[in-house]
Amino acid sequence: MAGLRLEEIGKIYGSLAAVQDVTLDFPQGKFVCLLGPSGCGKTTLLRLIAGLETPTTGRVLLDGKDLTEWPAHKREFGMVFQSLALFPHLTVGENVAYALRIRGADRPTQRKRAQELLELVRLPGVIDRHISQLSGGQRQRVAIARALALNPKLFLLDEPLSALDAKLREAMQVELRLLQQRLGISTIVVTHDQREAMTMADIVVIMDHGRVQQVASPLDTYRSPANAFVADFIGTSNLIAAILQSPTSASVQGRAIRIERLPQGVSTGAQVTLSVRPEEVHIRPAGEAGENRISGEITFIRDLGASIEVTARCADAEILAVMTPRERPSARIGDPVMVELPAPACVVLKQ
Amino acid sequence: MNGAPPKGLQQHSAVIYPAVMLLIFFVAPFGIMLAVSFYHRVESAFYEPAFELANYARFLTAFFGKALGFSIWIAALASAISVAVAFPFTYFMTRLGRPAQVRWLVLILAVLSLSEVIIGFAWSSLLSRTAGVSNILVWLGLMAQPEAWTPAFSALLIGLVYLGFPYTVLVLYPALSRLDPELAQASRMLGASPFKTFFLVIVPVLRNAIMSAFIMVFVFDLGAYILPQVLGKPEHWTLSVHITDQAVFQSNIPFAAALAIFLMLVSLALVSLTMLLGQQRRTP
Repeated sequence: MAGLRLEEIGKIYGSLAAVQDVTLDFPQGKFVCLLGPSGCGKTTLLRLIAGLETPTTGRVLLDGKDLTEWPAHKREFGMVFQSLALFPHLTVGENVAYALRIRGADRPTQRKRAQELLELVRLPGVIDRHISQLSGGQRQRVAIARALALNPKLFLLDEPLSALDAKLREAMQVELRLLQQRLGISTIVVTHDQREAMTMADIVVIMDHGRVQQVASPLDTYRSPANAFVADFIGTSNLIAAILQSPTSASVQGRAIRIERLPQGVSTGAQVTLSVRPEEVHIRPAGEAGENRISGEITFIRDLGASIEVTARCADAEILAVMTPRERPSARIGDPVMVELPAPACVVLKQ
Repeated sequence: MNGAPPKGLQQHSAVIYPAVMLLIFFVAPFGIMLAVSFYHRVESAFYEPAFELANYARFLTAFFGKALGFSIWIAALASAISVAVAFPFTYFMTRLGRPAQVRWLVLILAVLSLSEVIIGFAWSSLLSRTAGVSNILVWLGLMAQPEAWTPAFSALLIGLVYLGFPYTVLVLYPALSRLDPELAQASRMLGASPFKTFFLVIVPVLRNAIMSAFIMVFVFDLGAYILPQVLGKPEHWTLSVHITDQAVFQSNIPFAAALAIFLMLVSLALVSLTMLLGQQRRTP
């Protein structure tokens, strides 16, 4: 089968399990983001794929071939490091052509290829400069060009944009995505920035505590999070305790809330968590009747201009609602209100 | 520092203190030595003020020329070996965990505390016929009978490398421990074996640290005056030994001063030349 496959990969450092029981398929030509908080094992997983670490258990397969025991320098994967790791003693061109030099290519060939690659990352005319003469964004491009020098089967990036300022980072995300699509290269990026993952990825792998929590398209991780961790990590979410009463209804603070979807393996009477995105929550006037409403009291209003965030306390739950200025409720802090959790927006999560 | 003229005692003392220290501990003794090097030696007495170039003219002889050449040659060779041995040692040491690094550094500092005299006599016993390591080789059946390996050029070289090794490690250590491990990993991802990575990335990136270590050990070895006497034959006497000999045993202070100044100028010239070459390679 084409593409990279990880089989029951585990990595243990002393008594710490950095990666546990990861089985994943990375289809050919896809852009995959490994996403998770720091210490979740995403960088370790990338380094295991690169061959910079050896797994304690499991196998790494590329196109069906077992690479587990191969050292990093024989795998021929391109990698961009977090520190970029550009060689300070070489010029831009020598950095980019380093892999060709290792393979014994002659100087004109090295230079020609370096020129091609620098044009590919839209950085012409810097081939003879020193690394210290480049800006952060330019160094980023050099690191990308260097990693692509051998047309690698797999392009790995470890938090590649973390050193850039916010504006440049967003521009580079788009550019990296376009470059990947143009080359059709299988790409794996480690990031802790969910916006970055949303912008670039075909598939997002969300990790926590060394385990894979969900593998899905970016939109699916947002709309149908697999568990409370994913719901909370991707964007903001109201997580509300509920008891399942029937396949179409859950009880929240004694009120029946209609639901439309149920995860597998949850039976009536079970404790569940409802995940509702703040932009789906509506604040209604107190006493107005309607489906899926619970009563509460406004505790805080944050007017950000472009959007308004209203926090309401409903018994022991704080519920956040985000709305446009047009939808601003007339209520003020301390007023009783009804909080509506529309049925299509309620995602039921197992506890 | 804001570039404004210093005000008050506190700010002035920042400039004055180092200046005074430099004057007392460097300029004054050097001035005295420079003056003495032109003085006239009085046989069976001491010396009297004069201005003569006889002391300088005297070492333009083949004898002292040879001593100078040998001094530079063995100091350069010993420091090159020190760096060649200490660089991989320090590299692997910095890849260890913190506690292991501390243990190694303590050991290195312990070796550093040994004086040249102790090192000289320790190696002299180790390489001797009666008590040396050759007895172990005989016992193991690798040699027919014990041999004396000292005094000899190789014995002197071993002693100098042993003397310079801890200094080399300590000069290289900060640069090596700051080295970004991702540089070596990047090289490996680009297809270079660990061996190639070492010579194509790690060594060139640390060129300046290697150069400083070399220069420091070179100057240090050039000043060694006990080891050549303990581990070397008379023809292995370096200029430093001759300076000691002239000053202490021949009581010819003016000539010793002249030799010392000459040795200092030569080593200064060599160090500048090395640094100049290093800079030229950096900016092509």
